[in-house]
Amino acid sequence: MIRVKKLNKSFNGKQVLSNISVDFEPGKTNLIIGRSGSGKTVLLKAIVGLHDIDSGEIWYDDILFNKLDFREKKEIRKEIGMLFQGSALFDSLSVEQNVKFPLDMFTDKSEAEKIERVNFCLNRVNILNANKLFPSELSGGMKKRVAIARAISLNPKYLFCDEPNSGLDPLTAILIDELIKELTEEYSMTTIVNTHDMNSVMEIGEKIVFISEGIKCWEGSKHQILDSDCKILNDFVFANALAKQLKASSKK
Amino acid sequence: MLRFLTQFGQYILLYKKVFSKPEKPAVYYKQTIYELVYLGLNSVGIITIISFFMGAVITLQTAYNTENPIYPTYLIGLGCRDSILLEFSSTITALILAGKVGSNIASEIGTMRVTEQIDALETMGVNSASYLILPKVIATLLFNPILTLISISVGIFGGWIAGTSAGVISSQDFIYGIQYAFIPYYVTYAIIKTLFFAFIITSISAFQGYFVEGGSLEVGRASTKAVVYSSITVLLFNVILTQLLLS
Repeated sequence: MIRVKKLNKSFNGKQVLSNISVDFEPGKTNLIIGRSGSGKTVLLKAIVGLHDIDSGEIWYDDILFNKLDFREKKEIRKEIGMLFQGSALFDSLSVEQNVKFPLDMFTDKSEAEKIERVNFCLNRVNILNANKLFPSELSGGMKKRVAIARAISLNPKYLFCDEPNSGLDPLTAILIDELIKELTEEYSMTTIVNTHDMNSVMEIGEKIVFISEGIKCWEGSKHQILDSDCKILNDFVFANALAKQLKASSKK
Repeated sequence: MLRFLTQFGQYILLYKKVFSKPEKPAVYYKQTIYELVYLGLNSVGIITIISFFMGAVITLQTAYNTENPIYPTYLIGLGCRDSILLEFSSTITALILAGKVGSNIASEIGTMRVTEQIDALETMGVNSASYLILPKVIATLLFNPILTLISISVGIFGGWIAGTSAGVISSQDFIYGIQYAFIPYYVTYAIIKTLFFAFIITSISAFQGYFVEGGSLEVGRASTKAVVYSSITVLLFNVILTQLLLS
């Protein structure tokens, strides 16, 4: 389980996260939702240790992650897979080399075993016959899938996804969402997804945490979200006209 | 001043990370080979062209400034050799590489920073500073002395071609001149300077790229800063090293 306790983070005196406490459920798809600039990405990056926090605690099971040094954190990070908003594939490496990179870095497998694992991961995310292509030759959806393949190449215990379907068309976005959900179940990973896409919430959300202006305002399930009394959450969830109409008709 | 000290502190801390024990030496070895080709071998062309014309101009200028029967003509060859050995090959090569290699390193690492590729490395548990910078430092330290030796050879050759073609010196006098009172230590001196300059260019450029914040505009600025700061530092160290090594 990943547990965040009383987390505070500021940049140049500006408070970005205030007193965030949340438990992310193991083996499930946990969603952090909120408007752009609400602090979702900062929270996610703080949890994986890319941002040092001002105060608070970040626990991975019974390990206090934020107090570890670089070498100790490295051991935890080997169990982390992360999908970045812009995919963050290494431009100078091919698809195959990108997925193989963590295997090269952290395993003693033979070249044949690594290639076998790479092909397995690429097949799992439905990327076929693209091993020798470079990131610049891939579409946005393909990049995300390759990034997912790279994230799962070491069989991680934890998967973090920052806006996995931003910049994608609705159909591709659904495919990526489904893939994340399937992989979470298949590998019993604890997955944390940052999103402001309500489709994702309804498709894959098992536990949902809503953040507004750096403060955790609400947490619950996707079923509870529709009946919530939290005004800021309702403004966010029912922001578009169609959602407002649905909400109004359900009340009638 | 405070800003300079802060940045210098950041630079020292970065290089403490860079020179920590590599995670997987085999991966670093491959990366170093790649950088040797990318940063070193790919610079041979520009260094050859510039050194050739540099040698040619030095010879012609020396010839036109020593048009006096008192001076033996072989001094043109000697002047060409010593100018290239003592100053031009190491320093001019370093300034050219600050422009070519320095901007390349800063923009490559800077782009990786703004596109979250460095974050991706860190999340995997890779020491991103060491993985990205150490192979570049090693590659330039290994290859830049070779570039300097190429520059010296091609520069003297350029001087010979220009001098004999323009008829300002005979081939025999030029060859006598470049052999006359030769001090082998000058080659060592040029190599020592090159090693310092290689580290300065690579480390400052990588530092500028590694700490970029923002987007493409900032990457461009970092690239410009890398060239300016490394060029100035090269010139400063040129004075210091000359005083230390030749006094």
